[in-house]
Amino acid sequence: MSNLREELKEKIIEQLNLEDLSVEDIQNDDLLFGDEIGLDSIDALELIVLLEKDYGIKLTDPAEGKEVFKSIETLAQFIESKQ
Amino acid sequence: MRKEFYITASVKIKNNEIFKNDRSIFKANKSLSIQDFLKETYQFLDLSYAKFHKMDVLCKLGIIATTVLKKDYPSDTALVLQNKSSSEVSDFQHQEKLNDFPSPANFVYTLPNIVMGEISIKHQLQSENAFFIAEEFQPQIIVSHTESLLKNNKASATICGWLEANLNDYYVFLNYIEPQGEVVFSAPALLENYIHE
Repeated sequence: MSNLREELKEKIIEQLNLEDLSVEDIQNDDLLFGDEIGLDSIDALELIVLLEKDYGIKLTDPAEGKEVFKSIETLAQFIESKQ
Repeated sequence: MRKEFYITASVKIKNNEIFKNDRSIFKANKSLSIQDFLKETYQFLDLSYAKFHKMDVLCKLGIIATTVLKKDYPSDTALVLQNKSSSEVSDFQHQEKLNDFPSPANFVYTLPNIVMGEISIKHQLQSENAFFIAEEFQPQIIVSHTESLLKNNKASATICGWLEANLNDYYVFLNYIEPQGEVVFSAPALLENYIHE
């Protein structure tokens, strides 16, 4: 179960080029968009692509995305609910 | 009488080496890829600017060159840039991904003027800017546009020059132009410095 969270951290660091961060720097409940991790709107689009490409999940409702991408934990729970 | 402006600083980046005012300030192994060279330069300059890693090659070169050129800029410092290959590196990367999953982060860099936005954000500029595409370095266009901005009080200073990155190579030559100084700003002066090894 925690493997998915670690996997997501690795993928996000790699695909969003967060070279100043390591997996250990990201806590499961850290806010991805905000002061803690600091992702931006383009990163949100990349996360939508990541969900579809790596997990086969299409996110079409922008309102849903706001909650899903809140943290690694919410993202992992969303993926688990779709599998 | 023709009003004169002056070149008060210059930066050149080529062959994995950075020159400020014609003096080498950083040299990396020539065999390094441009991405690795840019990463080493980031560490050398101690940039602490996480957004840098998300940028394309053209923007990274622009950020590094303007960071080396001068420490601080007036917010009305204009940008007048030129190159040959536009945003070719990002364009090809985007094209390669079109049949798979195109990357939004890549797509946003498929215009050459994005680098001026990134430079403006980094140095907090709120100013005029222009990006010219030309087959080769054409200093007269840069000089006439820069002089027009400065004469008409649209800017108090200008960063201008050549900012080229293509699939095979890169070459950066930027200058800082002000109303006061010693080296007169002119097309021949720019051309001489551009080709000077």
